[in-house]
Amino acid sequence: MWEFVLMQLNKSHNSLINFDKDIAREIVVIEKRVNSLELKIDRDCENFFALYTPVAIDLRFVLAVLKINSNLERIGDIAEGVAKHILSTESNFSPELLKETRLLEMYEEAIAILELTLTSFEKEDTLLARNVFKKDDLLDEINYAANENILRYLKTHPEDIDHALYALSIIRKLERVGDQSKNIAEEIIFYLEAKVLKHSSKSKKGFKE
Amino acid sequence: MARTIIKSENFNAYFGKNHVVKNVNIEIPRNNVVAVMGPSGCGKTTYLRCINRMHELIEGASSSGKMLLNNEDVYDMHPIFTRLKIGMVFQRPNPFPNLSIFENVIAGYTLNGIKMPKSEKEKIVEDSLTKSALWKEVKDSLHKKGTFLSGGQQQRLCIARAIAMRPEVLLLDEPTSALDPISTSSIEELLHELKNNFTLIIVTHNMQQAARVSDKTAFFYMGELVEYEDTKLMFTNPKDSRTQNYITGRFG
Repeated sequence: MWEFVLMQLNKSHNSLINFDKDIAREIVVIEKRVNSLELKIDRDCENFFALYTPVAIDLRFVLAVLKINSNLERIGDIAEGVAKHILSTESNFSPELLKETRLLEMYEEAIAILELTLTSFEKEDTLLARNVFKKDDLLDEINYAANENILRYLKTHPEDIDHALYALSIIRKLERVGDQSKNIAEEIIFYLEAKVLKHSSKSKKGFKE
Repeated sequence: MARTIIKSENFNAYFGKNHVVKNVNIEIPRNNVVAVMGPSGCGKTTYLRCINRMHELIEGASSSGKMLLNNEDVYDMHPIFTRLKIGMVFQRPNPFPNLSIFENVIAGYTLNGIKMPKSEKEKIVEDSLTKSALWKEVKDSLHKKGTFLSGGQQQRLCIARAIAMRPEVLLLDEPTSALDPISTSSIEELLHELKNNFTLIIVTHNMQQAARVSDKTAFFYMGELVEYEDTKLMFTNPKDSRTQNYITGRFG
């Protein structure tokens, strides 16, 4: 599931850079696999609860998997959303727009964050999971500056309003990827350390290393 | 080989006038673990004891309907033959206290007057003890008394004794209710191994155990078979509201 969603995100990045509609269509196809995997994992978790009544770390593991599962599925939806944007635009995004909005930089960061959550889950490393919180800050920053950046771009290129709006929408989506990854990281920490970090302030999330 | 090994058709059992198993229809597939659960007095143990004709040993007990083993009615067979084909393990470990571990395993043959060379006996003992996951622990003390073993080991010895006769079906009547959690989990693991060679029917009070070990589960209530389903389905989406109430603990 994780690999598939990562693949979707990577492919949507590629299709954006190369304005490749074939790749965009592939993403839409992969989305179907991701959706059915989500259902399968949900069902497996349900059976696991019913048959094995897990406790302690086993219980936290299934709970975390259940939530990570739905977070991943949403990231998949986001990649699909980007793909649909690409399918519906006529021409490529101008390099200037991409540069001005820092869209590609943001994309790379979003992919890196998701990869980081996967490694931290595989290695059961909560230190890595905590790095996710830190990395998400960059996404937030780019997202925060996006309005201004797009406005500035539009003043010089008023004719390119379609692309600018798409770019803004993609930025908003990528910001969500960061949030979902953060949720995933919280679940990983919950599973391994039994600490609930949801809705807690940054200082409590503990960056001391 | 047919997939169904045990089949009951309109099966009823009575203690005197007391109707304790009511019109049970069930098909048990080969090499499966089937759990039978239900509250006390629901007829599950009686049903189990009917399968290898132990029920009729009780005074005043009777039964009607068909109980088929490989399509042959066990009530048309000689009861000894039935019990050769359908072994049984009880709630409390009951090794013969005056026999050694070795003699316990081979007891089914000795008591039936079956004679065989020593080498074959040794082979059967080793094979049965290996299958019941006890060989490593007892191989150096085969000639000590079986009662020296711990409860869990004694229970595995009883399983070895039952499978030494190479039955097709093994009935287990709450085989772990007298054991601690560690012995219980070793028996449960054993059940997983055993189902490659035998069909297992296990009566249990412990719902979680039924969920963990079985492929199919039968739920008995007041002598009726309420539901018989794949264990996964039974524990995620039972069809009958009585099953739902029982497994969620809302009964009463």
